[in-house]
Amino acid sequence: MPWNLLKYGLAPKYPARRDIPAPRDLKKSYDVIIIGAGGHGLSTAYHLARYHAINNVAVLDKGYVGGGNTARNTAVIRSNYISPEAVAFYKASVEMFKNLSNELGYNQMYSQRGQLTLAHSDASVRTFALRAEVNKHLGVRSEIVDRQQIREIVPCLNMDENMRFPIQAGLWHRDGSTARHDAVAWGYAMRAAQMGVEIHQHTEVTGIQVNAGRVVAVQTDRGTVKCNHAVQAVAGMSSVVAKMAGIRLPVRSFPLQAMVTHPVKPFLDPLVSSSDLHAYISQTARGEIVIGGGSDPYELYSTRSTLDLKESLVANTLELFPCIAELKLLRQWAGITDMTPDYSPVMGTSPVKNYWLDAGWGTWGFKATPISGKCMAETLANEKAVELIQPFRLERFKTFTLSNEAGATAASH
Amino acid sequence: MKIMKCPLNGPRNISEFICFGEVSKMPCPKKVSDDEWADFIWMSNNSAGVVQEWWCHSATAYWFIAERNTVTDEILKTYPASDVFTERIDF
Ligand SMILES: Cc1cc2nc3c(=O)[nH]c(=O)nc-3n(C[C@H](O)[C@H](O)[C@H](O)COP(=O)(O)OP(=O)(O)OC[C@H]3O[C@@H](n4cnc5c(N)ncnc54)[C@H](O)[C@@H]3O)c2cc1C
Repeated sequence: MPWNLLKYGLAPKYPARRDIPAPRDLKKSYDVIIIGAGGHGLSTAYHLARYHAINNVAVLDKGYVGGGNTARNTAVIRSNYISPEAVAFYKASVEMFKNLSNELGYNQMYSQRGQLTLAHSDASVRTFALRAEVNKHLGVRSEIVDRQQIREIVPCLNMDENMRFPIQAGLWHRDGSTARHDAVAWGYAMRAAQMGVEIHQHTEVTGIQVNAGRVVAVQTDRGTVKCNHAVQAVAGMSSVVAKMAGIRLPVRSFPLQAMVTHPVKPFLDPLVSSSDLHAYISQTARGEIVIGGGSDPYELYSTRSTLDLKESLVANTLELFPCIAELKLLRQWAGITDMTPDYSPVMGTSPVKNYWLDAGWGTWGFKATPISGKCMAETLANEKAVELIQPFRLERFKTFTLSNEAGATAASH
Repeated sequence: MKIMKCPLNGPRNISEFICFGEVSKMPCPKKVSDDEWADFIWMSNNSAGVVQEWWCHSATAYWFIAERNTVTDEILKTYPASDVFTERIDF
């Protein structure tokens, strides 16, 4: 058996499939340089090449494709936000996810199972009522469900009236879904590369040359490269990279931790989350239970995990699902998230004319990967921020026109 | 559990403390331009490196200043706010 495997592996008849071409030298200049090869950067590159015939594009990453938060998130996809602008934006992304496997010819393992958010307080029930109405008005499937309906949707949930914070009601979001995050990054990377986009891994951006309010070149640890436009999509490092272009952002970087258990037989179909308890869980196609929760208590540029947070997360999760108490944790990790004051992203124009922002994705940006790429590409091609992302412009902090999503994002996904 | 040294209470678990962000100078609200005020309210240095921050020991409501490396999470120094603010500030 091992010999056969070796023979198979070495046989020229079955060459390993390369998703993106082998590394090469950086060119002297590109039309567009995208900093960050996470889902957002790659989706932008793909949409530029596919829909705007702009393929003289380089995507630079200091690490590897999708190794940032794209590989670390818990893959909750939903559109049940609270402000009309956010609902419209995330709804467009959910629609794109539905067809993404076809669009990319790459299995995204997209699976629509519905998301149930639990309310343990009167205040939460009130926000849910508002969210449900805003959602329905904009064509998103959300409704308030009572305790009996919750029992039917998730039979294994702890509905005890004597628990610390008894469950009062739920927000049932049928459009809630999940997908394989690596496939999102690699699908976009592979197709973008096939259309001529260059993806340079292990290429760190160390400086940005700005002259008379315009970016002229990007400095990397592999040399300086000229460009007509530059985009930053670097998540947790948003402030650090923006500073290179002389831009200050309303962003603070916090670690966000998550973990998975060993796999068990399928017992949990919908995604379940509780903002009051700061915990959310789902079961992957492999059977593992993914557990996520609130951010770390203070700012940090480090992806270490802490026992404190794991303990509180486990305690809250077990309050909801005592039935998983015997499961063992298999893996745990953290990502650095770029948090904004209003829990909305910062997208589009910047004080530097040909420098474009795709930042402030915090703990909720995976679900926006397709629509962000589409909008950023269109924005770059027309040199004007598209309508859908106007509410998320950086200037909103000057005009005090914030887009508050704290209530609909507090469970950190 | 990570330990932080409170200038008033000595070494305590970090979970007893709340971080209130980088020490920054508030511009005079009467003289400042709208843009500068907005910048003060919303923007953040979010520095990767050693920063000077406000912390509060929540059990005793004692506010003090810490110097912390935001990359390594090393707490370098903690001291009373009076070490930095030597005069009274009126709002
Ligand atoms: C634990 C956790 C759970 C989450 N759960 C969800 C969820 O359920 N649903 C959801 O929608 N969102 C979730 N998120 C948020 C989501 O993961 C992010 O918002 C999203 O993945 C951001 O994608 P990105 O492409 O912008 O960034 P990333 O994937 O982080 O990519 C940024 C890239 O930039 C590179 N980079 C940084 N600095 C430089 C430099 N100087 N030069 C070159 N390259 C650089 C990095 O190496 C990295 O690869 C979660 C996040 C975490 C951490």
